[in-house]
Formats: sequence, C-alpha cells, structure tokens
Amino acid sequence: MGNVAGHSAGSEPGAAEIVPLGDSAIVVRLGESIHPDTHRRVRQLADYLERYPFDGMIEYVPAFTTVTIYYDGWSLVNAHSEDGAGTKEPTPYDLAVSLVKRILLEMDDASAEPARIVDIPVCYGGEWGPDLETVAAYHGLTPEEVIEIHTSADYLVYMLGFAPGFAYLGGLSPRIATPRRQTPRLSIPAGTVGIAGDQTGVYPIDTPGGWQLIGRTPLPLFLPERMPPTLMKAGDIVRFHPISRSEFERWEERGR
Amino acid sequence: MSLIILKPGLLTTIQDLGRFGYQKFGVIASGAMDAFALRVANLLVGNEETDAGLEITIAGPEISFASASLIAICGGDLSPTLNGRPVPLWRTVYAPQGSRLKFGPPKQGCRAYLAVGGGVDVPLEMNSRSTYLRAGIGGFRGRALQTGDCVPLGDASSRSLNLMEMMAYEADPETGAVSRWSVTPGMLPPYSPNPTVRVLEGEERDAFDEESLSRFFSEPYTVMPQSDRMGYRLSGSELRLKAKKEMISSAVTYGTIQVPPDGQPIVLMADRQTTGGYPKIAQVISADLPVLAQVNLGGKVRFRSVSLVEAQNQYLLRERAIRTLREGLNRLQASRKGR
Repeated sequence: MGNVAGHSAGSEPGAAEIVPLGDSAIVVRLGESIHPDTHRRVRQLADYLERYPFDGMIEYVPAFTTVTIYYDGWSLVNAHSEDGAGTKEPTPYDLAVSLVKRILLEMDDASAEPARIVDIPVCYGGEWGPDLETVAAYHGLTPEEVIEIHTSADYLVYMLGFAPGFAYLGGLSPRIATPRRQTPRLSIPAGTVGIAGDQTGVYPIDTPGGWQLIGRTPLPLFLPERMPPTLMKAGDIVRFHPISRSEFERWEERGR
Repeated sequence: MSLIILKPGLLTTIQDLGRFGYQKFGVIASGAMDAFALRVANLLVGNEETDAGLEITIAGPEISFASASLIAICGGDLSPTLNGRPVPLWRTVYAPQGSRLKFGPPKQGCRAYLAVGGGVDVPLEMNSRSTYLRAGIGGFRGRALQTGDCVPLGDASSRSLNLMEMMAYEADPETGAVSRWSVTPGMLPPYSPNPTVRVLEGEERDAFDEESLSRFFSEPYTVMPQSDRMGYRLSGSELRLKAKKEMISSAVTYGTIQVPPDGQPIVLMADRQTTGGYPKIAQVISADLPVLAQVNLGGKVRFRSVSLVEAQNQYLLRERAIRTLREGLNRLQASRKGR
C-alpha cells in the first residue's frame, strides 16, 4: 500500500511504505532494521512534521524504523477534500497518505535538527548499582573496566517509549551486553541505569523490571512541567560519565 | 463551585479526551475509555466536548453538590440516583444545591461518565486534565478520587447557564429536574455485555497461522480479571504465529490487539503504552471502542473484520451525529436566550 516512487521499503533513498494503524493513524516505514541510516530518515520526517504539522494531524510518534502519524479524520476531510487522491470522495486515510507522500518528497537532511549531546552523570556500583559485579563477572572484567566501557561510548537515542522519558539507546558495547536477571525486581527507583541484553537505559520512573542495575543518575528524566518534558529526545547523542557518591549528593541538592 | 466526594467508589478518576502531543516522549495518552459518552455528557450540560468529567467504574461514588449544578450521566448504567430518585442516562439533569448523587449496582456497561456544567477544573498538565495513575500526574493530584476530596468546577459557559436557567424554571427545588430532551437511542453505540466488535486486520495478520485466524474471527474471547484501563487481557483459543517473528517496536494505539508469546491476545485501551513490540493481529475500529470500553470483566467479545473504508465511514457517521446533537442543543439554548 502506497510505495512512494514505486520503491519497495528498503535501503534505497526515497523508499517508504505507508500502512494504516487502525482508522486514525498511518505508519510510515522508512527501513527494515535498526540502523543509524534508517534513524536519520525517521528524524527527517519527525522534524519536518514538528515544524510543518498538516491540518488534521494530531501528533506523530517516531520509532526505530517508523513514524506513526495520528490524524483527525473529520478535520482531514473538511480541510483537504479538494486535494484528494483523484477519487470522488477520498477517505481520511487517502488524504493522510497523499499529504505524507508529498512531505516525503520535500523532506531532506535540512529538515532534521542537529543532534544534541546529553551528558548523564552516573554513580556506578554500590547500593545503586547492585549488579555491577555480576555484569563484570559475567564477562571476566573488573567493575572498573565495565564502567570504563559503559562511559566510553556515544549512544544514539533511537526512540522514546515504554515509560515517559525512557530512551531506547543504541551503541552498547557487546563486551558488556548481559542477559536480563532471572527474577525481575518488584521496584526499581527512577534514575537507575541498567543493561538488558544488548541494550542500556535509564529508568525514568519507579517501575518493576529485570535489568542488570549498574548505577544511578541524579538527573530527573521525566519533567512533566517542562517542554520537552524529558531529559532525552529521539535523535540525541547520550554520554555517561562516572561521578562519586558525594558528587551524586551534590547534584541531587542542586536539583532541589 | 465544587463537587464533594463523600465516598470514592471503586475507581473514580478525572478524565478528558486525552493527552495528545506527548506520546513521542513516551507519555501515554490516557483519557476517557468511552470518549463518546464523555463527549455527549459534556454537550448535554453546555460544555466543550474536551472538558474534563468523572469516569466512574463499576461501583460508583457518592457525591454532594456544593451549589446548584447542571449534570449529565452517560455511558454505562450504574443505577445513579439523585436525591433518592433514579437519574435517566443521556439527558440533562438539574441538581439543586446540596443534591446527593449515588450509584447502585451496574445494570449495563461498567463505566459511567459524569459531566457538570463548567467542567472539572483541575490544572492542565501537559495540555490535559486526564489522570495518569502510574506517573501520578493530571487529574486530582495524579490519583483516583478519595473521600473528602473537593473537586473544583470551572465557570459555566453562557450555553450552560442558559440551559440551567431553562431547567431551574421547571425544577422541583428539593429533587431537581430531568430534561425532556434526550439523545436519540439510534445515535448510541450498540452497547452489549457480550458484543461483536468490528476490527481491521492488523499489520502482522499474515504472520498468524490460518487456524488461529479463523478462530480469532469466529470464537468468543473472555475479558480476564487482570484487565484494566491499560489493556484488556483476553482468554480464548491460543493464537499462533506461522514462524517466530522478529519484531521491532513501533507505535501502538487505542484498540490495537497484540499477541504476546503465550498466544492470548491483549487489547490496548486508554492507558496503553505509546509503543509496543508484539505482533498485531487486529485493530478495533474507532466507532466500536465505546462498546469495548463498556464490556465488564468476564464479558465475551467476538471480532468481525471490516474494511478500512467501512471503518472510516462509521467514524464519520458518528462524528456527524455528535455535531448534529451539538447544533440541536445550541438551538435549544439560543431559543431561551431569545425569549
């Protein structure tokens, strides 16, 4: 359904597949795998929609390979029926697809915002990172080496989801990728930094979970009273740096 | 101007039509489960459709009105009474100062929506008054209502004041009054304890084996006790993939039916997460979400496949009906003003 310029979804530039998500949203698929190139196209479209939302667009949600666009069908029909897809009475879906096809032709790297660098201080190990030793032992490393590896990478925020402000980060070194715990913990405090498989992430709100916990950041990740309401945004580059327990406490006091 | 909560009921929360524009940050949309009922209740009291009201679940609260108010109760029939008299649903009701609203056993559906002239006026958080329980934001201090809460109301619109004047004129000063007008039954969604719900095929439909698909579209699925505002967990014939499928997380929405590895489908509801990574077998059409929202625990749901064109026609018909209702009520209150 709706292959732009006759391409199948894949690696060619310009390729996009558009499919419905129910009767009030469309999914624009810009690639088939989690990859920085696909992510770049997701950013282009998301940033374009942020700057030039069309009449009848409610919001958009970027993910690894897709941008989902929620629309108000009634507004679309009333705002855009004259530029329908040639049919007599275009459906809201037809109208949304034709609008998005036009955007896909117009968007380019200039539509994407430059990536921000977000620095996240982490106090590793101790009571806030009870699994640091486990992760180290799993790989035959010292805890210091795990910290060194975790803090030396640039992580790309592919998308937010799961909880407010939770970032799916790409770029964890396979040298410290560690399976989830057998038994999940019932409550993990907000700010906890963990590893699960080949992912690393920070819990934005208290939640149960099975991640290997290696440290904690004093920074709040979810800030409902601010805009944007999250520390990280899709497209950001994240770097972790180690801080001591007393630095952590100073950060926390400053935050109050 | 406020509502005083004398008893909270099982789960009474403040909801509007949802928190939109923040899903890209992982913030869930929330909002009324049966948005149709809340929109109509708001219209009946002269509010904007987007105003906040109370979502009342199964066992209702007991509420006292600090001042004379215009109210409407729509959605599920939880046996409401005002000052001891039964309150009909889908009508405008005048509640004199000091009125007591109570609820009894659920007769039909499981969620009632109470709109009050002026709307519930808690602070907007991220552009919505909806309660997001898990993050503790929105609504009344981010939580369900409790005994003793004093829920603030906004200033009533001139539309609402006109309607109230019309009703007060004929009202019994002790018990209040019920409008002669009501929503035409033909406009209401086909609420049923065991409904057939129309769905679109999900994006991963073809990943399921033929037997699973034929069962999904013919056999009933039971709403399990673990169901809540986040999702309905269903129990029925196991749904199997032809082969294990690697999924990459992407956005999910209200009514998305996804199938985790145990083969038992989950319908995502108003408090769904923003993204998901399980195969999507189907998607409930917008027009039937109110029907699903009113299915109680233990209810049996069947799914029938329709085309996208049909789904959008049903959606547009519903939207047109709501606008017709709004215009009718506008004419009604304008005639009062003219007198």
